[in-house]
Amino acid sequence: MQLAATSGEWLCGDGPCSDIVISSRARLARNVAGFPFVGKASDEQRAQIISQVNEVLNAPIDNRRTSSLDLTELSELDRQFLMERQLISRELARGDGPRGVVISEGERHSVMINEEDHLRIQVLQSGFSLDDCWQECDALDNRIESGIPFSFHPQLGYLTACPTNVGTGLRVSVMLHLPALRMTREIQKVHQSAQKIKLAVRGLYGEGSQALGDFYQVSNQLTLGKTERQLITEVREVVQRIVEWERKGRRHFFESNESRLLDLVSRAWGTLTSARSITSEETMHLLSSVRMGLQMDLLDGRDASLVNELFIRTQPAHLQHTYGEALPPERRNIVRASWLQKRLEENRGDNYEPR
Amino acid sequence: MKKCRRCTKTATFHVTEIHAEKAVAIHLCDSCAREYLENNDSPATETLTDLTSKLDQLISQSAESEATCPDCGTTFGEFRENGRLGCAHDYTEFLAELLPLLENIHEDTSHIGKRPMRTIIGPEEQAMLVQLRRQQQRAILEEDYETAATLRDQIADLERQLQGDDTPLH
Ligand SMILES: [Zn+2]
Ligand SMILES: [Zn+2]
Repeated sequence: MQLAATSGEWLCGDGPCSDIVISSRARLARNVAGFPFVGKASDEQRAQIISQVNEVLNAPIDNRRTSSLDLTELSELDRQFLMERQLISRELARGDGPRGVVISEGERHSVMINEEDHLRIQVLQSGFSLDDCWQECDALDNRIESGIPFSFHPQLGYLTACPTNVGTGLRVSVMLHLPALRMTREIQKVHQSAQKIKLAVRGLYGEGSQALGDFYQVSNQLTLGKTERQLITEVREVVQRIVEWERKGRRHFFESNESRLLDLVSRAWGTLTSARSITSEETMHLLSSVRMGLQMDLLDGRDASLVNELFIRTQPAHLQHTYGEALPPERRNIVRASWLQKRLEENRGDNYEPR
Repeated sequence: MKKCRRCTKTATFHVTEIHAEKAVAIHLCDSCAREYLENNDSPATETLTDLTSKLDQLISQSAESEATCPDCGTTFGEFRENGRLGCAHDYTEFLAELLPLLENIHEDTSHIGKRPMRTIIGPEEQAMLVQLRRQQQRAILEEDYETAATLRDQIADLERQLQGDDTPLH
């Protein structure tokens, strides 16, 4: 897959609050009028929906060329690769029957077809940029709607297979890196303040997934009874507060226990650059400390964008893509360790000196 | 996997009660079970009666509606099981049952956000499209290609009609 060569723009590590916010995302759930929802649609109907969407999204989005992938033609490894890259959901990766995804160059836009709903329109950006994400998602939605009529109910809004998405069909989420809050156990505070206004806090790959590498996703749960702007504002305000807490947590950690913090970060760097076999869980855990160390200028290494990229590239499907063939887990751990060593050595900077 | 009766999330709390000589199963998700059944203020005995009456209330509401969508054949019971509706018309067909559920999930039942820029396809046109498509499917299965072709043209006509008209139907 040609995607393996490039990297999603959302991983570039810039954008507002990029010391703590990895990426922002807006996603709209839509169903094509006149077709049963995905669960009750025949394979032919599902194929018809795919070709209608492909037709509308044939031309570039924001001057970015699009490519359309047929999920049934992809290997399990390729599907997992797209999932690790946040371009498709677990449900689409593991589902069956005709389904697809249209991705724009730079991986900024992705439109999943025949997931839980006929369409899941997604815009993903680096850093804290919910408004930009929404504007682009809104525009893409308008463009698709100009060619395909969507199911809409005068009272209930956009109709979705599951009533939890009905109304706006909008889910906005922000991926945060919160190592200090996890270490000081203040992450509970995050859960509580989010819950109070009905926001969800989840791990890296959505519902039920663990907070691997101290990554947390904050998103709205309600989709009905509020405008898109209101939903975005609620998520933005909570995320702003969490970002402040994390910054304060890092400062406090540094001021109260500098030597322990330096030890933690240096050990993480040491293990990553000298291990001979390493699981993706351990890699995530150690990269989390290194990322925090880089953001706090505790390691005179390179910018955090490398670390953002390593988080994704050391995941099982990405690693095997880089290596060029499927590997059993044991071999994967060995390949991962040697690859990490190489990448970190290359990028450590000329005057690298652990403090 | 059973879905929560109050909000359609995956249920983790299951009780079976005998109601009107029938065993009735109640499924709730974690947060609904906590929110709905817990009452920390009252003493233990009171909590127990309280809990029983709340369960009774849930059970009496569960005199399951036998409603079936004429367009896609989904029953409300089926939706209770898997949390997914079958087609857009289900929202009209099961509206009475869905409104309290939407109130639990979203604390609201009216959309105030974005609306489609162009024609909103009304429920009648939607139902007609679904019906025509289903007839077309059947014709194909029965290898009645002549009927299938006629139906295909009818679908295309209806689609064109709906797309060309810029005035909202509702
Ligand atoms: Zn529930
Ligand atoms: Zn239906």
